[in-house]
Amino acid sequence: MKFGEIFGNFRKKQSSPKEAPSHWVKCSKCQSLMYFKEIEHLFNVCPKCGFHMRITAQQRIDLICDEGSFTEFDSSLAPVDPLKFVDKKSYKKRITEATAKTGRTSSVISGACAINGVSAQIVVFDFGFMGGSLGSVEGEKIVRAINRAIENKEGLIIVSASGGARMQESTFSLLQMSKTSAALTKLSDAGLPFISVLTDPTMGGVSASFAWLGDVIITEPGSLIGFAGQRVIKQTIGADLPEGFQRAEFLLEHGLIDMIVQRSNMKKTISDMLKFFGKNYKKDGYELKIKA
Amino acid sequence: MATYLDFEKSIKQIDEDIASARIKADNHAVEILEKELEKEVSKTYKNLSDYQKLQLARHPDRPYAIDYIRLLLQDSYELHGDRAFKDDLAIVCYIGYIAERKVMVIGEQKGRGTKNKLKRNFGMPNPEGYRKALRMAKMAEKFDLPVLFLVDTPGAYPGIGAEERGQSEAIARNLYEMSKLNTKSVSVVIGEGGSGGALAIGVADRVAMMRYSVFSVISPEGCAAILWNDPAKQESATKAMKITADDLLGFDLIDDVIEEPITGAHRDKVAAAKVLADYFIKSLEEMDQLSDEDRMNKRYERICSMGAFEEK
Repeated sequence: MKFGEIFGNFRKKQSSPKEAPSHWVKCSKCQSLMYFKEIEHLFNVCPKCGFHMRITAQQRIDLICDEGSFTEFDSSLAPVDPLKFVDKKSYKKRITEATAKTGRTSSVISGACAINGVSAQIVVFDFGFMGGSLGSVEGEKIVRAINRAIENKEGLIIVSASGGARMQESTFSLLQMSKTSAALTKLSDAGLPFISVLTDPTMGGVSASFAWLGDVIITEPGSLIGFAGQRVIKQTIGADLPEGFQRAEFLLEHGLIDMIVQRSNMKKTISDMLKFFGKNYKKDGYELKIKA
Repeated sequence: MATYLDFEKSIKQIDEDIASARIKADNHAVEILEKELEKEVSKTYKNLSDYQKLQLARHPDRPYAIDYIRLLLQDSYELHGDRAFKDDLAIVCYIGYIAERKVMVIGEQKGRGTKNKLKRNFGMPNPEGYRKALRMAKMAEKFDLPVLFLVDTPGAYPGIGAEERGQSEAIARNLYEMSKLNTKSVSVVIGEGGSGGALAIGVADRVAMMRYSVFSVISPEGCAAILWNDPAKQESATKAMKITADDLLGFDLIDDVIEEPITGAHRDKVAAAKVLADYFIKSLEEMDQLSDEDRMNKRYERICSMGAFEEK
């Protein structure tokens, strides 16, 4: 027995983060510490530097949907392992772990909701479930949400946060890109709006399919959005990448998105878009008033 | 500080006198001076030469597209980008409400002040700007939104990048697509309508011009340089090309002249925005009476009726 270990037994064991949850949150950009209640109140946006921290799918739904208006659909859809895929762990094991972690069987939550009183179909990605990856279940859920939107003549909102297509389903997941994109043509033919919200991060097969097909594309400040990952690009071209590369502001400058919206304004912006492009909504009580 | 043009010197003098009388609280003098101003204004502006009108069209204080948009649109949002290359800031697109109607406004934007002028590229769009306008117009078509185009540009940007990306193709594509865009559209020249760069968002069900705006195949400077071999002959070129709103209405090349305040839109932006909005709404109401097919046929016939020739 080593000397240190003898004394180690007498030392007080430090509590793990799980036993005593920290009430302090550190901003990953400016490193300042903040009390968790303050941060929650500000929709997880750093009050010091305005950094938009990542939030869970449930927090996203709470942020956007009217209280108690969200009804989940298709939660019974579960993935299978068609390829018997094994990397460091088997796909089956990864699914089991992700399910245990998030309490869900897929990386998207889909359902009907109301946003400032306007009814809509919403699909939200959960980055916590296998990096928000797009597999067969996710693709099917999106198509079903599109079909519900067409049936009910409602707008569709997809909030993306994803690393891309799910490698463990290989070509099955690749073809979810064409499946979701094709379904969106039906929504477009019906003249219904699709508001695509790209959040940090939206990459690969998700950004290169439905996510970039929005009638209106909205992002949050500083979000990382692109096709190929920065490490891959760096290795391929053998050069450093410019500052702010693939961030929301970069995309706006390059004409790829419609607007960058602060998280605190997100709900109002989405509902205004649904009202403006939606079929059923008519604004009353407007007169021609020239503002001086 | 207001900017006065050469021919507005006498007006500038009276304006200054009024301001100093106001400071002295001499109401009587203000009254007299205001009457004098009125007389001077009608004298000065009644017989403006074409070149003076051109100067008014380019007046630095003249309201630009965003000035009108801020005055007209309620609950507005700006949409960005051609979704391909770059967000061209020389063309702006807003959605919002004008008198209960959902509308889209697409306009060419000049900048005010050096920094903004550079940002807006002096109101000279690149191909991506025209592609942005087309993308937005297609979106308006999809959601059945009437479109108001606000034309105000010296011309499409002449640059290396612009040629590489197909400036001509972008303008041509717009002329082609806008002629068959299935939604109500009105195009208004609010300042300078310079050449193909203006026409690329100037194809619509109705085309109107503000009283002091110009619309021409080339800038008078360009014309003078080419045909007179002397850029200083721009005054002669302006006169020869017949580019003012009244002239073009006389030739039936545009549908209407919008009567902005006689002293120019820059003296009373709110009044100018009001007549513009009234014209837009009146046009839409008249178009409401037509079926989509009739309206589209009318637009096509209008576009194809342009030209002067004789057949022997």
